[in-house]
Amino acid sequence: MSKQVTLTIDGKQVTVPEGTLVADAAKMAGIDIPVFCHHPKLDPVGMCRMCLVEIGRPMRDRATGEFVMENGAPKIQFMPKLETSCTNQVSEGMVVLTQSEKATTGQKGTVEFLLTSHPLDCPICDKGGECPLQNLTMEHGPGKSRFIYDEKMHLDKMVPLGELIYLDRERCIQCARCIRFQDEVAGDAVIDFDERGRSTQIVSFSDPGFDSVFSGNTSDICPVGALTTADFRFGARPWELQAHASICTQCPVGCNTTLNTRREAKAGGDIVVKRVMPRQNEEVNEIWICDKGRFAYHYTEGKKRLTRPQVRKDKKLARASWDAATKLAAENFTQAKKNFVVLASGRLSNEDLFNLKTFSDHSSGKVYLYSHMAGGELTSLVGVGEGTNFADMGAGTTIVVVASNLYEEAPIWYLRVKQAAERGATLIVLNPRETKLDKHASYVVRYAYGDEVKSVQELGKQGKISDQFLKSENAVILYGSEGLGIPGSASLAAACAKLLNDNDFTGKPNNGLIGVWGRANDQGAWEMGFNVEADLTKAFKGKSVYIVGANPVGDDPKLAKALEGAEFVAVQDVMETATTEVADVVLPAQAFTEREGTFTSGERRVQRFYQAVPVTGDAKPDFAITSQIARHMGVILEGTSVSAVFDILSESVKSFEGLNYAKLAEVRKQWPIVGRSDVYYGGTTYENTQGMGAHLSAATTRGEKVSIPKVQKEAAPRPKENELLAVPVTKLYDRGTTVTPAELLDQRVGDLVVSLHPDAAKNLGVEAGQSVKVSFNGVNGEAAVKLDDTVPVGVALIPRSMGLAIREPVSVKVK
Amino acid sequence: MAHVLLRHRDISNINQIDVYKKNGGFTAFKNAITKMKPNEVTDVVKNSGLRGRGGAGFPTGMKWAFMDSKSWPHYVVANADESEPGTFKDREIMESNPFQFLEGVAIGSYAVGANVAYIYLRGEFWQVAAFLDEKIAEMEATGYLGKNLFGTEYSLKIYTHLGAGAYICGEETALLESIEGKRGQPRVRPPFPPAVGLYGKPTVINNVETFTNVPMILANGADWYKNIGTDDSAGVKIFSLSGKVRKPGNYELPFGTTFRELIYEHGGGVQDSRKVKAIMPAGASSSLILVDHEKILDTKMDYATVRTLGADLGSASVIVIDDTVTMDWLIDKTIHFFKHESCGKCTTCREGTYWMSNLTERIHSGNGKKEDVDLLLNVAKQMQGKCLCALGEFSTMAVVTGIERFRNDFDKAVKAK
Repeated sequence: MSKQVTLTIDGKQVTVPEGTLVADAAKMAGIDIPVFCHHPKLDPVGMCRMCLVEIGRPMRDRATGEFVMENGAPKIQFMPKLETSCTNQVSEGMVVLTQSEKATTGQKGTVEFLLTSHPLDCPICDKGGECPLQNLTMEHGPGKSRFIYDEKMHLDKMVPLGELIYLDRERCIQCARCIRFQDEVAGDAVIDFDERGRSTQIVSFSDPGFDSVFSGNTSDICPVGALTTADFRFGARPWELQAHASICTQCPVGCNTTLNTRREAKAGGDIVVKRVMPRQNEEVNEIWICDKGRFAYHYTEGKKRLTRPQVRKDKKLARASWDAATKLAAENFTQAKKNFVVLASGRLSNEDLFNLKTFSDHSSGKVYLYSHMAGGELTSLVGVGEGTNFADMGAGTTIVVVASNLYEEAPIWYLRVKQAAERGATLIVLNPRETKLDKHASYVVRYAYGDEVKSVQELGKQGKISDQFLKSENAVILYGSEGLGIPGSASLAAACAKLLNDNDFTGKPNNGLIGVWGRANDQGAWEMGFNVEADLTKAFKGKSVYIVGANPVGDDPKLAKALEGAEFVAVQDVMETATTEVADVVLPAQAFTEREGTFTSGERRVQRFYQAVPVTGDAKPDFAITSQIARHMGVILEGTSVSAVFDILSESVKSFEGLNYAKLAEVRKQWPIVGRSDVYYGGTTYENTQGMGAHLSAATTRGEKVSIPKVQKEAAPRPKENELLAVPVTKLYDRGTTVTPAELLDQRVGDLVVSLHPDAAKNLGVEAGQSVKVSFNGVNGEAAVKLDDTVPVGVALIPRSMGLAIREPVSVKVK
Repeated sequence: MAHVLLRHRDISNINQIDVYKKNGGFTAFKNAITKMKPNEVTDVVKNSGLRGRGGAGFPTGMKWAFMDSKSWPHYVVANADESEPGTFKDREIMESNPFQFLEGVAIGSYAVGANVAYIYLRGEFWQVAAFLDEKIAEMEATGYLGKNLFGTEYSLKIYTHLGAGAYICGEETALLESIEGKRGQPRVRPPFPPAVGLYGKPTVINNVETFTNVPMILANGADWYKNIGTDDSAGVKIFSLSGKVRKPGNYELPFGTTFRELIYEHGGGVQDSRKVKAIMPAGASSSLILVDHEKILDTKMDYATVRTLGADLGSASVIVIDDTVTMDWLIDKTIHFFKHESCGKCTTCREGTYWMSNLTERIHSGNGKKEDVDLLLNVAKQMQGKCLCALGEFSTMAVVTGIERFRNDFDKAVKAK
């Protein structure tokens, strides 16, 4: 623990760690000093001059260095000028006056200066109601302006910094929080000040504008209504909104969110989600979320929602009762016996997956996780230990990222890994091509596609980088699926797990393996015992298939074809998909916004999400639907209370042992205190009152013996001479069903591009921007050529979920 | 007395390296490197009483001794931004006596253990920078700069760096930001540059004139220098004289010379033989000295004595204002300058200078009311002590002293309508 310092603020004695800034120390003691530019997550700059206070320090005798005493106490010497409490660190015996006449006069002066150029258009401002400037104006502002109102500068009120964030130049108070966030936290320094003095304005100089996946956070920490999101701009007043705790479902990070809802005339008087806000969890996402998490929620309200059960009659889907639909499914599943197959995705909650797994265990069928990536049985075994927190990682910890472009696949992990590296952690990035994380890495190893396993194994041998790795106190490996299919990712996971296990980097906090999964709850599925199948095309023939939360028909023509050979298909989903179209029974499931449940993040943290909006139509939660089908087959599964399902689950699945809903709802004291409505203002991020979740236990902590399967060599294909290898890569904004309904993101999703090295393009005789025919393994499509010299020459990068069904590296023809 | 700094006025062609060498050039530098320890050089400068010539008058030797010896490398930066209105001394030094200045930078670098020094010039000085580059190249060619100087371990490189046209970059921390390639905006102090400066490393920043004194101090000794000037302000100072005088220009005089001597003996007196109404002793950043009595002109120009008039000597850019000038006009011009040059980083200065300018314009144009004058004074005082850097603080000086000392001019201006 760092050295503690005791000081007095407004007569209150406060003890805080050495190095704390006065403004923060006051907040810790429950005293709000107003701030604008200061943010506890950013370096101090002292530019807004709002937090002026009187600071006195004990006088020391110059000769002896001893305190000068007066009436038995050290004599306090106050500085002649007011000081900024955001730039001064606490010192022993310091005396701070935040409310003295001098201090309040100074603070009032700053408010008045700010208001000379601020339009005070609170009645139409999105920030109105959660704005510290508004609050301070109410508190300190003079009723009458000394600055002639008509002489205020009038500036543009709708300047797009990009298509997602708008700047109101009149409201901006030039605190630079947004600029500093992008530079210091996000590492995307794409906005900055232009001009100077009163002409100072924020501009974006990237193309496209504000090219960062973290841009929405600037609107949260903006202390006025200068930055608004295209999504929420003029959408609602903050005080009309209800707040509901939730978990983001877009990637395996498990960011804590708050869904703001209200009744909306446009929605026929229904309650709808108006915006997604970060909810503070310093162990997961701190106070940030990425733009996908913030803006892509629209699918839950999509027009294509399934509302009623349907069964196929005369080749057409027709409405049916729940009883009839589930009974039909149950009859077919019973008949199928061994030929029963469950295909479920990590979009489902732990409870849903648990009921599915239990259900299939009672039958003699098979159960598959719908994922392009393997290795989850190993992340369950040697996944990161309880108490793991990226915020605690610094010097002494090594973080290895392999076969993953974290910025696109799990943006908040990118941000947290980057920060750990800045705190002194050794960051080793092993990737076949350049990624954004490279510039923050201590070591970058560039391997050829196909050499993933080898490059991980190198870390266990002698060498400059491996020595660094082996001598670290803690080590975490994040592995992804860049350029890998299921066999390749299975081998990579095994190599990583072996390396960690052999070197005792498991079963402890900040040690272990993390899978950069495609979906929010893939890890949960692995914990339940799900597994993946490399070739699903063979899995359906003559089978009765129960597809839950997956769209194989839409994703892959070959799977669509394979499904034609199925005996019976029941599809349970939130939305109409290409797969529901071919189903014999369609079962409408509730979106995660309409129900309760839990997800397991890639860091093996189980977190609760809560109902935010009313149920759409007759939809039911997945676990309940499964239970209803099972009941028709004489299998009793809990189908009413989700927390009861969790209780049963925690009794059956070892890693969940001891967990329950009450425990998951516990909160711990967090710093910074965001103080949404306070004048000490950390942003509009929501406080966490509904749970920070809990870690699953690791096998080694439970004292189980861990055995790692042998690594399959040459599991991943490599580029061959005179051949182009198509490699699947993950793109944050893709054409997935949970993204495209958010029209706002259209521009970020863009068109399908195939990325080629300029030399490869030259060999093929194609040019940048040219539309080419891409064909591999029976898949044909068109894509525009993008030249990228970070791509190896023999490789063509094809993004997943952008229209071409690519699941693993495959030889490709580009014409 | 022969010039100490403007030696080109006594010795023609001293801006040529052989002429400079013939007149004792570089002996102080060679002597320092080959015979003195770095801290001994600092001690000589400390004992000479030399104070910074950029405006603040901070004791130079003390600043050098503050360099954090635990953090390396060290840097030296010469502030040649010279952007204070009414200041034009550094340009003359650099153009006409460049080697003495460069030698001063070199000696300073040796004293603080810096192997790299930067000369930061305002963007408009691009010709001066090109000229200095030539002189630096000549020094390198003749063995006065480069590796292992005079056969010792000591090496030094000097680089020039051009600004992009911002007054604020004369402020030392904004200057450092600018060298680093960032927006020229001041940093929070403390930490001060001798602890955390250029690229986060200990850095000495001195004015061109300050450095130019150093070779002569080392050559002639601390006592020689100390005996020039006054107890409080040792040595000579270049006074940049401008305003309503007959012969504006740079005059190198010992500290303690009176305003009267500067204006009447050297400056040839006031144009059209009018009366001196006010003096701005430190350019646009000055408080206005009210010359309501002949005796005021007999005030000695040194740091302490000028302060008794409620003003600071600063960079000694003496602007003489005669009785044809009204203070509402003068302040309007001054504030317009500060509004234009405010970097916009801190609220107080960004909004304060804008508001003041709004008021001075109204008052000067005859559209103001008495309340506007009171408001202007109040706004200026509301800014004081709350700005991030000195630019903001100094922008209020002329306003506050102008209104307090020349209230009549303002009352007349608002009565006109």
